[in-house]
Amino acid sequence: MLRGLAKRFGEKIAVNGIDLDVPAGSFYGLVGPNGAGKTTTLSMATGLLRPDYGQAWVHGVDVWQDPLEAKRLMGILPDGVRLFDRLTGEQLVTYAGLLRGMDRDEVAGRVTDLLRALDLGNDAGTLVVDYSAGMTKKIALASALVHAPRLLVLDEPFESVDPVSAANIRDILATYVRSGGTVIVSSHVMDLVQRMCDHVAVIAAGTVLAAGTVDTVRGDASLEDRFVELVGGRNTAEGLSWLRTS
Amino acid sequence: MVAHLLRLKLLLLRNSLRRSTWQLVGVILGGLYGLGLLGLIVAGLIVLGTVDLELVRTIVVLGGAAAVLGWLVIPLVASGVDMTLDPARFVTFAVPMRQLMTGLALSGVIGIPGIVTLIAFLTLTLTWIRYPLAAVAALICAVCAVLLCVVGSRLITTAGTALASSRRFKDLSSTIAIIPLVLLGPIFAGITAGFQSSPEFAGDLADILGWTPLGVFVAVPADLAAGAWLTALARFAIGVGTIAVLAYLWHRSLSHALVTPPYNAVTRKGAGNLGLFSRFPATPTGAVAARALTYWIRDPRYAASIVVVPLLPILLWFISGDSGDLFLLNYLGPITAFLLAWSISADISYDNTSFWLHLSAGVSGRNDRAGRAIALLVFAVPVVLAFTVVPLWLSGSLADLPMMLGLSLGALLTGTGFSSVLSARYTYNVPLPGESPFKTPPGTGFSMLAIQVLGWVGLLVLLAPEIGLAIAYLLTGSAVLGWLTLLAGLALGSAVLVGGIRLGGAWYDRRGPELLQAVSVNK
Repeated sequence: MLRGLAKRFGEKIAVNGIDLDVPAGSFYGLVGPNGAGKTTTLSMATGLLRPDYGQAWVHGVDVWQDPLEAKRLMGILPDGVRLFDRLTGEQLVTYAGLLRGMDRDEVAGRVTDLLRALDLGNDAGTLVVDYSAGMTKKIALASALVHAPRLLVLDEPFESVDPVSAANIRDILATYVRSGGTVIVSSHVMDLVQRMCDHVAVIAAGTVLAAGTVDTVRGDASLEDRFVELVGGRNTAEGLSWLRTS
Repeated sequence: MVAHLLRLKLLLLRNSLRRSTWQLVGVILGGLYGLGLLGLIVAGLIVLGTVDLELVRTIVVLGGAAAVLGWLVIPLVASGVDMTLDPARFVTFAVPMRQLMTGLALSGVIGIPGIVTLIAFLTLTLTWIRYPLAAVAALICAVCAVLLCVVGSRLITTAGTALASSRRFKDLSSTIAIIPLVLLGPIFAGITAGFQSSPEFAGDLADILGWTPLGVFVAVPADLAAGAWLTALARFAIGVGTIAVLAYLWHRSLSHALVTPPYNAVTRKGAGNLGLFSRFPATPTGAVAARALTYWIRDPRYAASIVVVPLLPILLWFISGDSGDLFLLNYLGPITAFLLAWSISADISYDNTSFWLHLSAGVSGRNDRAGRAIALLVFAVPVVLAFTVVPLWLSGSLADLPMMLGLSLGALLTGTGFSSVLSARYTYNVPLPGESPFKTPPGTGFSMLAIQVLGWVGLLVLLAPEIGLAIAYLLTGSAVLGWLTLLAGLALGSAVLVGGIRLGGAWYDRRGPELLQAVSVNK
């Protein structure tokens, strides 16, 4: 679905020609060290950042030729952006639904369902600015789900989310994939990706190092070991001898 | 430890200068301004020594009290003026309280305002040079006065840290703080008028202030020069007592702040209240309008503009009060319309990266532009109508109503259309969501100024037909021309509004991702 995507910011080439095929109906993990270009890649694939080169398709729709149609198919949870946080949680999700042109009753029903599924029912009337980091992630996820997209692109969806909510979110996503939806998540937590996803791509310095089903990428090792082997840069813990307490 | 804190403050000052050349230029200009001011004060104070004792006392006490008041009030209004050594940041370090307090107090003197104040107070010694005893006292009192300023402002900042961690308080204070700022002119005018109307006013005021902590220290040398020993002693005791009390309170609030991390108490509210979202139609345009109008009420950056609106008549009344007749007040409607319409010209900059939601939902530019314009017009139209009709009615010149309505509505509609184009095309650094509306983010300077000035000129050019007709009406007094102005205001205004929403919408559709990137630079 991605062909030769590339982006440079000034002198720095953030993403250097990424080709990636995400099969429909897959649960796709995108892993890479900090600054690998994950967020930039996902922004270009979802129509938030115009690529310098390359193209992206969603179910056969070119994201940059026909953005409105492509955006209808996608639900996005970007990382490191603000929300309209002077709205209450309920208002924010409603807003996301209404912006997509859905009708009032349909939005109201789905908002109630989503807030309940994400354990936000008791805080629905609280302003998002007063939410904790994890709650903010969850409300952003609800805004991405409200229009029932066919593809979900989630950038770091589990960051600062508590374990119970994370399990609930994993269940929601697994059900979604079973019913034919496609999910792309980026994450730092290899263990999570290995357990949750069926496909994975390892990105570093703006290029794809390995991609495919989780089993082919990791081989015999765990995904974490394979990741460290691919990316490199591991320090053996020799220094900091003074840190030993005994 | 004290030396560490002082070095930290100097280092922070130096590093903040390194960040950008423009900031350095700003600091140099600020420094030059401070130096100039200081030069004037020093020269004035030295010259003062040669005039009548009573007059010296009055001027010195008023000036000194103003300086102390400034130290106490400024941290309140501009929360975060100098939070570089915010006590909350020392929570994790085990610094002995006494050293922390000494270090924070001394570091408060470092920086342009502190140094200027210190030198100005020390110069008082030269004012009293003809009375040796008073001069020596002035030296001691100068140090005490600066100490009072620093300890007082530190107390207020520390006490404020606890309050400032509550978002509700922060929102409210930064919204309301604009009131004294806007009324600064009228307040000064009032005080000046007081001085002019009675010569004793200044002397009386100085007498009162001389007994308050604000003015005690500057009044002591004057008493000594006049030979009033006991008065001087009493005043000095009041001053020292105040410092002791403030230091004690500061000690208490600081020890409290150091063990109480900022905590934001939030009442949890369940679902069921969609607010304005249930009042606007369930379309993308309606949703944008509901969201924008909610922000006009809830976001201090917008709410501050609404708070200013009822102050505009007061402001205009004062400005025209100087010239005697209230003719300017009749133009309240058009002026308000102009300012309100302009206020959405940086809407997307104010959204900051929250704008991604519009982009990813594929909201069409026209819906976005129209929604924001509707949110503004919903409250701006009634306000502008009232502000146009009421002054004319009060001044008995209702005959001018058609012309004035033409100007007001023309300015509002044309301005809204024009702003709809501007905000889709140009972004600049504005205070971020959640920041104080007064904060000028670094790197604003030139681009913002250029857009503002060019924008205002452009808007005036677009309004030329209405303005021309209004002038013709005022020269000839022909009623037809008045009605023509109204017609032009409505027709041209609507045309520009629709055109602006279309053109802005088209730009928005084409440059959506670039807009998002432009606003995400400012974070």
